[in-house]
Amino acid sequence: MEHVNPLTGFRVDGRRPNEMRQLRGEVGVVSRADGSALFEMGNTRVIAAVYGPREIQNRSQQVNLKEALVRCEYRMAEFSTGDRRRKPKGDRRSTEISLVIRQTMEASILTHLMPHSQIDIFVQVLQADGGTRSACINAATLALADAGIPMKDIVTSCSAGYLCSTPLLDLNYIEDSAGGPDVTVGILAKMDKVTLLQMDAKLPMDTFETVMELATEGCKAIATYIREVLLENTKQLECQRG
Amino acid sequence: MRDLHLPLNQTQRVRLEAALHELQTLAPAAASAAAVTVADTIPVNHEDNILKGHGTTDQDGEVVATLCGVVERVNKLVYVRTLRARYKPEVGDIIVGRVIEIAPKRWRLEINFSQDAVLMLSSMNLPDGIQRRRTAVDELNMRSIFEENDVVCAEVRGFQHDGSLHLQARSQKYGKLKRGQLLTVPPYLVKRRKQHFHHLEQYDVDLILGCNGFIWVGEHVVVNEITTFNEDQEKLSAEVETFTPMETRKHICRLANAARVLSALGFTLTIELIIQTAEASLSSNVKINDMLGAEFYVQTAETEAKRRADLLGRKKGGAR
Repeated sequence: MEHVNPLTGFRVDGRRPNEMRQLRGEVGVVSRADGSALFEMGNTRVIAAVYGPREIQNRSQQVNLKEALVRCEYRMAEFSTGDRRRKPKGDRRSTEISLVIRQTMEASILTHLMPHSQIDIFVQVLQADGGTRSACINAATLALADAGIPMKDIVTSCSAGYLCSTPLLDLNYIEDSAGGPDVTVGILAKMDKVTLLQMDAKLPMDTFETVMELATEGCKAIATYIREVLLENTKQLECQRG
Repeated sequence: MRDLHLPLNQTQRVRLEAALHELQTLAPAAASAAAVTVADTIPVNHEDNILKGHGTTDQDGEVVATLCGVVERVNKLVYVRTLRARYKPEVGDIIVGRVIEIAPKRWRLEINFSQDAVLMLSSMNLPDGIQRRRTAVDELNMRSIFEENDVVCAEVRGFQHDGSLHLQARSQKYGKLKRGQLLTVPPYLVKRRKQHFHHLEQYDVDLILGCNGFIWVGEHVVVNEITTFNEDQEKLSAEVETFTPMETRKHICRLANAARVLSALGFTLTIELIIQTAEASLSSNVKINDMLGAEFYVQTAETEAKRRADLLGRKKGGAR
């Protein structure tokens, strides 16, 4: 199958190789949570809810007394994919993604400011169309900022791939399942530091660099968008408060 | 908007948007200019060696926000005031909390802080009102004072060295709250005032605006500084017989719903505003259960926009 049209240079969904899908972020969608967000990248749609900092529920999980405990749970809704299938809670894929999201967010949260407490992040995929990992991280960042949890920087994530000898930004499901390399990058946007880098195929060194560059650019674009959403929300809250 | 998933019809949506836009234009320009998000650089003059407060860090010599909120400057101190965040206690705050656990010599209370607060048996007034050492018998009878899930009003006493929060309830005005409703609102909507206990005589209702965003609306109780143990017992048996009158119960619901509407719209909760909203619902014949409907939300937003516009106009008139 051709993923990039050799004549026009467009991808299967009509995007250019370095074009991202449409972004949409909304804050405050779960009323009972301390912070929550909905994040969409094209047809991928993820909801995140943050509870905490709150009292530690299971003391045996506490590792460091002087820092907050961060927990994360990733789950795919049964209706999120094309075939409706019951997904067991602790399967290997979701355990791995939970871990990845937790580690990425922990790198940015200032845990030492909230000792003896825990922060729970719940992310659920409502609609899966490739790049759920990135969308989850972006949603979690929005939700954490909404919950008023101090963070070093905004973490954003974006994926990029390499198909038909073209680097492609923000792969959708068709491109993702084509079997080419899929590089997921997470960065601290302002400090310009990488907190997450995953790749599940081989890539030559020089190609990898261009693909990673592309993904980093995508991350920065997402960071700009997320900050806009947060600033707009903050201004609105302040104005209404009076 | 948060918490607000109302079935608005076309006119109501337009009216609500207009009212919210009006509020936005009325707000001082400085407020929205000072808004920052995570990782925004806060402009400071490095020559007058500033102090970095809450919500800021130092990154490569720049002052950077770690929270979303509004930048506040007090002399040399620069800090970020958060909007949506958990409660940050200060000594002397009046709070309302819920008992979640009874531990040896102490109760643990949920107060919307990052940890549970501790209320020691020794920092409580005993029901017999006598000052004495707490004995083992007192400890066994702790459940007769507060049980799990009781709503309690107390004062922040201070932090322990390990960061845990201690409360005290050394006066008759503190203690168990009965016969009423507990509301939870975001703590940034409650401002610290001189007065947090309010007795609304016209309704026979007590309203407590806890600094932690827990609000109590309940039947008025007469505070008796000197109560003997026997009297208390008599009162208890009498209490079982006297129910809260229907009229008072309606007032409680009306005031509680007024507070709910205001917090969903994100307006600062003051006692005056809550009473005004409740009165407005009464005068426009809105039923108690209709107060949470779309029409009353829009009405409240419009009234508030008008009130703030009047306030601003009067200020300007005064300046002239």
